Amino acid sequence: MGPRLRGDDTEWVAINRSYNGMTTIPTSLPTPTRHFGKSSAWDRLRTNRNWLALWFMLPAAAFLILFLAYPLFLGVWMSFTDDRIGRGGGNFVGLENYEWLKDDSIFWLSVFNTLLYTIVASAIKFAVGLYLALLLNRHMPFKALIRAAVLIPFIVPTVLSAIAFWWIYDSQFSIISWSLIKMGLIDHNINFLGDSSWARGSVIFANIWRGVPFVAITLLAGLQTVSPSLYEAATLDGATSWQRFRFITYPLLTPIIAVVMTFSVLFTFTDFQLIWALTRGGPVNATHLMATLSYQRGILSGRLGEGAAIATAMIPFLMAAIAISWFGMQRRKWQQGTDND
Amino acid sequence: MASVQIHDVRKSFGGFEVLHGVSVPIEDGAFVVLVGPSGCGKSTLLRMLAGLEKITSGTISIGDRVVNDVQPKERDIAMVFQNYALYPHMTVAQNMGFSLKLRGAEKSEIDTKVNRAADILDLRRLLDRYPRQLSGGQRQRVAMGRAIVRDPQVFLFDEPLSNLDAKLRVAMRAEIKELHQRLKTTTVYVTHDQIEAMTMADKIVVMQDGIVEQMGSPLDLYDHPDNKFVAGFIGSPAMNFLEGTLKVNGGEPWVETASGARLPVASAPAASNGKAVIYGIRPEHLEFADDGIEAEIIVVEPTGSETQIVARIGTQDIIAIFRDRRHVEPGDKVHLRPRASVAHLFDKDTGKRI
Repeated sequence: MGPRLRGDDTEWVAINRSYNGMTTIPTSLPTPTRHFGKSSAWDRLRTNRNWLALWFMLPAAAFLILFLAYPLFLGVWMSFTDDRIGRGGGNFVGLENYEWLKDDSIFWLSVFNTLLYTIVASAIKFAVGLYLALLLNRHMPFKALIRAAVLIPFIVPTVLSAIAFWWIYDSQFSIISWSLIKMGLIDHNINFLGDSSWARGSVIFANIWRGVPFVAITLLAGLQTVSPSLYEAATLDGATSWQRFRFITYPLLTPIIAVVMTFSVLFTFTDFQLIWALTRGGPVNATHLMATLSYQRGILSGRLGEGAAIATAMIPFLMAAIAISWFGMQRRKWQQGTDND
Repeated sequence: MASVQIHDVRKSFGGFEVLHGVSVPIEDGAFVVLVGPSGCGKSTLLRMLAGLEKITSGTISIGDRVVNDVQPKERDIAMVFQNYALYPHMTVAQNMGFSLKLRGAEKSEIDTKVNRAADILDLRRLLDRYPRQLSGGQRQRVAMGRAIVRDPQVFLFDEPLSNLDAKLRVAMRAEIKELHQRLKTTTVYVTHDQIEAMTMADKIVVMQDGIVEQMGSPLDLYDHPDNKFVAGFIGSPAMNFLEGTLKVNGGEPWVETASGARLPVASAPAASNGKAVIYGIRPEHLEFADDGIEAEIIVVEPTGSETQIVARIGTQDIIAIFRDRRHVEPGDKVHLRPRASVAHLFDKDTGKRI
């Protein structure tokens, strides 16, 4: 028998053994056999391809179930209870937590803040990221160095950059206020994190600063998959540089734009660290996002059930974001398969 | 349609010169093939013609107009790329009509022109497909269709067949040639494949290391190569080269190899007696004879229509092709006679034809 590494080889051995003394000519196809009883169930679990696949998936699956599916399920379950920190268990209260939230103006403010934060920050991150990617895709000196530098905001831990921004936005020592005063443009410090509008703008700016590298580098990677000969062909076809972007670059980039913007929206929508380090939701809840409100209610105030309900309320929004990009991606027929009708 | 004049064109990348003064006149309606090994500068020359590369010095004119500083889109040329460069997100029809759309043509005009090109290339059925859904040969035809739709003064082809398999290549070769005979548009075609060059060209330009080695009609290059490089490059299997000393002694001249074989030569200047030369003979110009050079057969390769043999003369291997079927086997000792009238002599030092 040839050294074929098939899951069914043990069956082969079993067959040959059962016909002891008979000359069987091994073919590449194992004969369907009713001799399952000869090889033990354990042998089959060990060598059958389907079972093997399951074994190999098991560690990853266990990891995902333990650290993703279980907490998610637990969170949703908690939102239906009146669980509090330190009390253990809690009673099932049905939709009571959600009914409370429905009449909670702070909750609705946090929903508004989250949507504002996500939409404005994502839109600007997209625009700036795309611009930066197009810029970095050109030939220029020190290209690698500049590309690496662009990634810096992404590498620095969020909390550290948040603390830096905290200083930049400080009501007394802000370098922005100081510079503007020195330039004679304003005559008193801007209360960046103390005024609702300024605070919202400030946290959005900090989020953009942090998020742009991810968008830019991913789009740059996408840009580099576009064959230069397409641009040359378009140039010969008479396209201006704007037309090359509009008719070649942008359409070819849409799949990767869909992916990167989905991620960007998800990350922004669930942002917590930056807000918590900068404003803790203040002033007067003007920058409270659903994530920070959930943490404040659930952990700091100890009302786990209510916190879990706020967190669970984020799920429909996230699903909607994923659905939009999913259906957006499905439309593009040109990149699907090589079917010949 | 227009003639193209390439005059003393040079190209440097940084301080490195890759084209050292190339001049090629191209007549109106001609099919000119630039051929040479990779890195000889043929593609660079074509891209300069297209306007994709700047011209370092010299001039290129299309028609009566010097185009050195003319934008690619103003040059009225169309180019077919090696990888076709079809826009993957556009259908065949959109690909072909893109240049017209950019020009702001009416939709009805675009449709008419695209359909006409599609008819010429037999692409009607495929107009709504995306490039991904096409085979290599179909993509190639769409790329040509995109060029035809524009009705340009000059077609440029940059190794358009090298991504196709051998059989399709032969078919597309004939198709491109037929297309040219039909449209009669001036065409500049770049390839590294000398068979493509021989079969398609009105005029072949053989290039090496940024200079033109020789230009002329295919058979002219085949029969009278100016130097050893062209002799070896044109023709398949390649010409055999045997080193030896030229003997001109009153009667018929000959070349004597180190192993003492006498290779017949039709004529040679008397002054070159004793000169170290390279004797070139094409495989099909060798024949079996009783009084020829002694050779031992190493390999026999029958292809049906002809038989190719590798034989050893002294220490050198040569290739011979015979159309008649003769039973020979490796190890056989045979006598081969070169036809003196079609033998070539090259100076051993300069490689130039004597």
